[in-house]
Parts: sequence; structure tokens; C-alpha cells
Amino acid sequence: MLKDITLGQYFPVDTPIHRLDPRVKLVLTVVFIVALFLAKWIYSYALMLAYVVVVTGLARIRPKALFKGLKPLIIIIFVTAVLNMLYTGGEPVLVIWKLRITEQGLYAAAFMVLRIMLLVCGTFLLTYTTSPIMLTDGMEALMKPLGLIKVPVHELAMMMSIALRFIPTLIEETDKIVSAQKARGADFSSGNIVRRAKALIPILVPLFVSAFRRADELAMAMECRCYHGGKGRTRLHMLSMHSRDAAAIFAGAAILAGTVVLRSYGL
Amino acid sequence: MAPIIKTEQLTHIYSKGTPFEHLALDAVDFSAERGEFLGIIGQTGSGKSTLIQHLNGLLKPDSGRVLFEGQDIWQSKVFNNSVRFKVGLVFQYPEYQLFEETVFKDISFGPKNMGLKPAEIEERVYEAADFVGLGEDILKKSPFDLSGGERRRAAIAGVIAMRPEVLILDEPTAGLDPFGRMNLMKNIRNYHEKNGATVILVTHNMEEIAREADRMIVLSDGRISLSGTPEEIFARAELLESMRLEVPDITKVFLELRRLGVNVPRSVYTIEQAKKAILNREGGSLFA
Repeated sequence: MLKDITLGQYFPVDTPIHRLDPRVKLVLTVVFIVALFLAKWIYSYALMLAYVVVVTGLARIRPKALFKGLKPLIIIIFVTAVLNMLYTGGEPVLVIWKLRITEQGLYAAAFMVLRIMLLVCGTFLLTYTTSPIMLTDGMEALMKPLGLIKVPVHELAMMMSIALRFIPTLIEETDKIVSAQKARGADFSSGNIVRRAKALIPILVPLFVSAFRRADELAMAMECRCYHGGKGRTRLHMLSMHSRDAAAIFAGAAILAGTVVLRSYGL
Repeated sequence: MAPIIKTEQLTHIYSKGTPFEHLALDAVDFSAERGEFLGIIGQTGSGKSTLIQHLNGLLKPDSGRVLFEGQDIWQSKVFNNSVRFKVGLVFQYPEYQLFEETVFKDISFGPKNMGLKPAEIEERVYEAADFVGLGEDILKKSPFDLSGGERRRAAIAGVIAMRPEVLILDEPTAGLDPFGRMNLMKNIRNYHEKNGATVILVTHNMEEIAREADRMIVLSDGRISLSGTPEEIFARAELLESMRLEVPDITKVFLELRRLGVNVPRSVYTIEQAKKAILNREGGSLFA
């Protein structure tokens, strides 16, 4: 469904990775993050890089799309690299005035940059290949045990899926309002900060009004269909495990074990 | 006479370079004369909204040009901005764009953006409110306290207050009751006649377009498939239906009469014409 696209990330393609159970994908993402932080030296980072490359290939994601996701982080990555380079102690290889760049610093910087990039790419793999609806379904299923200690798991998941569902709608609505105000000569791109902030009022007021209207209408529609929370509610799409999910779990466990072993040898 | 606004080979593609790429307009040559009342019809997704958003420079063509009085509206930013005031665009459900504390302030948003003096703004607000039939007491109210129909008219007044030479309306009567519809169309006709403005009306309501438009164009799949007077267009009922469009109800009645062998003209599309056609039939007096 076209409405499922959130933030322009999820691209519906039919690949083994897209078909994986969302619960498995969520767990694998967590496993990947843990493994990434356990990684110590070139070999374990190579393993992580291989994982991302293989999954990207299997999911038929264009590398360009992943790099696009990294773009907003360029400054953070750059600052991290510079700080690590300058503030790690050890053998200096280059001294300029008071700045000492050490060999260890160079390694630390390289690993840190690689870690951030892999972390972002690894999590993007999840959102690129899983629709928001599937994602919340998976989260609800995984958080179910929390229901025992009175955490309203279903309600939280419902709130999340409603929020996700309405992001594209609100974006569309914002576009419309912006166009309508532009048609009346509104100018959002010139003047100082105060003027620009003021220029947002003609957008924000109608947007809030319509968001509240939509919320009212949705609540009414849900009540009309006798929605009363999660108790006894059945699903249209039941999550079910297949052999490919078992394979994925096995691969995830192997990667985690591999990283732990590599770490114990300091690799 | 040179057209006031025209497009040359206008092409627009949505979501270019993604799996959702969609060709919305395909080399469209469109033009509207000064003072013309032009109707645009076409099924949902045929490119109507995309086309009209190019006419005042809200969307930029992927290729082709949009000309206002013979000048490319993308030649400079200043000219582009000035075109927005000359080509007024009223979106679908415009009442959702109201935001000010009072109707008066909301209608003056456009004129204020034009940089007019307060006295001039006030004059225009009253004039615009008058065109759409909003009284002075309503101008003082909050737009959120108005009825749906009043809100719609207030929003349209917000565009009319810029005194656009071309007024484009996207389904202005959608969701109004029959009385509200009639009134609004009367207001629009009023503006058209008094200011000699060009009006471009996008609608799904064939009766409305049959009654008002001097000329109409039919869009389908991002191309102009038909163009002509309502008479010429509605004479081609089969073709319209193949594009999932309708002819006015009264035209259907007359086409059916013809099919049954009654000798009536083909191109009847308003009640007035129908009345004449029946009375003009040989021996066809109502009280014979």
C-alpha cells in the first residue's frame, strides 16, 4: 500500500530480507548493534562490514540509498574522527604546534567512524526493508511479556502505528497548506529568523486544526467499529516463522559468537 | 488575441528517479484567452491539479515552459512571485488554509503579501467579501466559528482580494449543498464579468461546466484529449464515457430519446436548451 511509506524510507521490493519476520529482523538488529560494540580490531570490523554488505545485496538496496542516509551525519562523523585523532594517547606520528596525532589515535578515529557508519547503515537496513506496520507488529509481539507487569503493550503499539500511519498524511497535508499559502504570496525563504518563524504561523495553525480534526474523526471511527483495546483482538496478518527466519537467526547467532571469539583473541 | 496564459510542451514527473516515478503531464500545450471562462474536466489522476499548479508557478516544469502574457514565468524569481498575485489559485477544500484570528485578517493575508498600503488592503478585503457574499459582521468573526459554506467563501475571498487577472478554482463547490453551490457559482461569475477576469474552473460537476464555461478541455492521462465548446464536447458522449467521464444528466436524457427515435438535437446540455428543443419540436407545444 502506498500509504505505508514513511519518511520516504521503506521501499516495497520482494526479497528474502523483506520477507523475514519483523520480530527476527528486530532481534537481529539488536544483535548487530551489540556485536558492533564488541568489535575490537580489523577482523571483527571486517565481519561487521561483510554482514552489512551481504544484507544490502540480498535486500537489493542501492548503496546510494544507504549513503543518502549517512549524509545528515557527516558533521558528527567528522568531529568524532578529529577528536579521536587528537585526544588518544600513545606514540606521536605527527606533531603540529600543540596538536599531537598518534598512531593509536589514527586507528581509534578510523574505527569510530566505521562504527558510526555501520551502526547507521545496519539500522537503516531494518527500516528500508520493513514497513512501519510490520515494524510495530513486531515490536508489539516482542514486548508482549511486559504486559505481565501491567505495561499497556497493545496501546503503546497502537499509538505508534497510528503515529506512523499519519506521518505521510500530515506531510501531504503540510504540502497542501504550504502551496495554498504560497498561492497567496506567502514567503518562507527570505528575511531573518524572526520573520521566518512568523511565516510559519499560516502553516502551523491550519496543520494543528486539521490534526485535531483527524484525531477526532479517527477516534469516532474506531469507536463505531467497537474498538476497545487489545483484549481478545485478532489480527488480519498473523506473524509466523518460516525456515528462512530460522536461517537468519542462525546467521545472527554465528555472527555474535564470531565477534565474541574474535574479541577474546583481541582481533 | 494573444493568450493571457499558456504552456508549451509542459511535462511534469512526480518522484523522479524512484520506484514511484509517475508521468503526470505529458507535453501539454494549454492556453487560456483573456476574459475567457474555461472549464477543465478529467478523471481523478488525469493531471488537472498538476496542470493548474504550474500556471501560477507553484510547480516547476520538468520540461517545457509556462508563459504569462508571453513571458516565461520562470525567467526570474521576482517575476515568478509577481505571477502568483496575477494568477490566483484556489485549492480544493480551501477552508483548511484559514489561520488568522478574524476573517478580515485572513482575507487581507494575500494583499498584505503584495505589499499594499493599509487603506488599499481594507478596500480590497471589503470588495472581495462582497464578491463572495460575506457580510461585515462575519468579517469580525474567527474563521473557525463560521459554517462550512461561509468558511469556503472566506477562503475564496482571500484569493479574490489579490484581484487576480486569472482566477483558477479547483472544485470550488465540492461538498457544498445545492444552494451553496448555486450561490458560489454566481459569485464566481460575478467576478468574471465585473473584472473581465479569466476564470479556469476544474470540476467533476458536468452541469456546472455546461452552464458556465465558454470553452472546455478534457484531460486524460496527462494529455489534453479534447478541447472545444461544451456543445462540441458533450456531443461526444461515448468518448467521454470511455474516459470514465460523464455528460450532464439532461444530455443523457436527450441521447436516450434519440436512441428511441425521437427527433431531438444531439448537443443539449442545459435545462434551458432542453426546454427550447422540446418546444421547437414540430407540433411540440407543452400545452398542445
